[in-house]
Amino acid sequence: MFKNIMCFVFSLCMLLGFAGCKRTPRAGTICAVGSDTMVNLVQSWAEEFMKTSSDSFIAVTGGGSGTGIAGLISNSCDIASASRKMKEQEIEKAKKNNINPVEFIVGLDGIAVVVNPNNKVDKLTIDQLSDIFTGKITNWKEVGGEDKKIVILSREMNSGTHIYFKEHVLRRNKEDSKEEFAPSALLLSSSQAIADEIIQNSQAIGYYGMGYVNPKQKALKIAKDKKSVYYEPSISNIISDKYPISRPLYIYTKSQPEGKIKDFIDFALSKRGQEIVKETDFVPVN
Amino acid sequence: MKNMSLKSRKIKEYFIEKIILISGIISIVFVILIFIFLLKEGLSLFKTISLKDFLFGKLWYPISEPPKFGILSLFLGSIWVTLGAIVISFPLGIASAIYISEVAHLKIREFLKTGIELLAAIPSVVLGFIGMTTLVPLVRKMFNLPTGLTALSGSIMLAFMAIPTIVSIAEDAFYSIPKRYKEAALALGATKWQTIWRVLIPAGFPGIVAACMLGIGRVIGETMAVMMLTGNTAKIPKSFFDPARTMTATIAAEMGETVRNSEHYFSLFAIGIVLFIITFIVNLIADIYIHKELK
Repeated sequence: MFKNIMCFVFSLCMLLGFAGCKRTPRAGTICAVGSDTMVNLVQSWAEEFMKTSSDSFIAVTGGGSGTGIAGLISNSCDIASASRKMKEQEIEKAKKNNINPVEFIVGLDGIAVVVNPNNKVDKLTIDQLSDIFTGKITNWKEVGGEDKKIVILSREMNSGTHIYFKEHVLRRNKEDSKEEFAPSALLLSSSQAIADEIIQNSQAIGYYGMGYVNPKQKALKIAKDKKSVYYEPSISNIISDKYPISRPLYIYTKSQPEGKIKDFIDFALSKRGQEIVKETDFVPVN
Repeated sequence: MKNMSLKSRKIKEYFIEKIILISGIISIVFVILIFIFLLKEGLSLFKTISLKDFLFGKLWYPISEPPKFGILSLFLGSIWVTLGAIVISFPLGIASAIYISEVAHLKIREFLKTGIELLAAIPSVVLGFIGMTTLVPLVRKMFNLPTGLTALSGSIMLAFMAIPTIVSIAEDAFYSIPKRYKEAALALGATKWQTIWRVLIPAGFPGIVAACMLGIGRVIGETMAVMMLTGNTAKIPKSFFDPARTMTATIAAEMGETVRNSEHYFSLFAIGIVLFIITFIVNLIADIYIHKELK
């Protein structure tokens, strides 16, 4: 008897459960979704910000710039962090949903091209990079390394870094260029996954924000062309615009920010906020 | 008093019966709704892309200008990875089912059964993670490959996931073979091995096929582990030692990026339809064989 009642109650709960799905967010909760590159940065901001403003809560998630922007368009998050600019198409989609995205540049990021420390190659030009990642150069000996096949590692297509790298390195900033990543490129789901594979694999080449580089990987020196000087990715080389692969980091809000969201963005752009940018291995803007 | 309890019992029976009925209907309704949604979103792709370009196009560049939505390489990626998993998991799974149900002593049997059920309980992301740190470097060194993120690594890990399914269903099939078959064979002087090979396997064959089919169903729908292990290269793999990209991994990796109602979004649903059709066929075959067994 008791069991049967339980059974009934359980089924009822299951049915009612669906009705209860719509949750009301905690007051003062800000949800920030987006770039995997920036997730550590936004998290550090959020932690610091929550210390000063105790009644607000910021939930930070990664997933890729595209994920954040898609979340902003579909109204499921308050702040999208992105390591690429919003596309025209995305802005139109947002406007259809009555959302007018506002853009803030909150930092700069150098993209490091990394190889295993055992790899003899330690510098490349942008042209060589383009040829490697589009699959025209397939052996390390063609760029001064050992006679071994090159294994290309890339981020998934939802990554802002992937798109930035395609547009600015593979296509060398040419709008009409149709260059694509070689079909043989391995698409890994996170910067960390690329970093791990680089540590194990002496034939691999990959790219990610320079914050992820540690002594187990070797960041290559890059030159704009054959005649230029090769520069390593460092904060000073990026501020002075010597290192050729760097990009702005963006934060998008659904409208002109107000209240807590405004406080948060002001904090990110404040002196302390920009110090955090530097601490997380990005380059401050002011 | 007695009447009352009888009456209340009847009412109770009535309600319970209806609740069970509703639960049954709800699950069917959900399947139908999911299928309709999948069709509605997936078929929208074919307003702009021809079915031929979708199924037989070799290039998958969904966010380029102009985009290319050819899933041949993804489809073949799934097939390669699944084939590899089949080659590994079928013999292993069926052999261990035979051992557990026919050869092993009671204590060993219980121990093995629990162990295999435990294997089924490991989340696939954990298996993927373990595979990434142990299997991938091993495969690379063992076969001297440029990278260990290959179809083979995915296949091996998926085989681990399919084995529990195959073992438990095949084992049930062996149990349901009437005892007298085995007894008759042994009485005629057949050895244990002859009994297994000539009598039990033919008798349990439908069950074995069903087990294998459900194993395939498990493998082809698996996402997380393959995404972590196969390298996700959208290029037609020529061997098990090439990286591959499966349909499931494509959906999982790209769904976050897509803008709703864009071509890319529809194309992911269209891949969903292809997957749905494949698993439907596989399950149908399994079902047919399960019913054969009952006859």
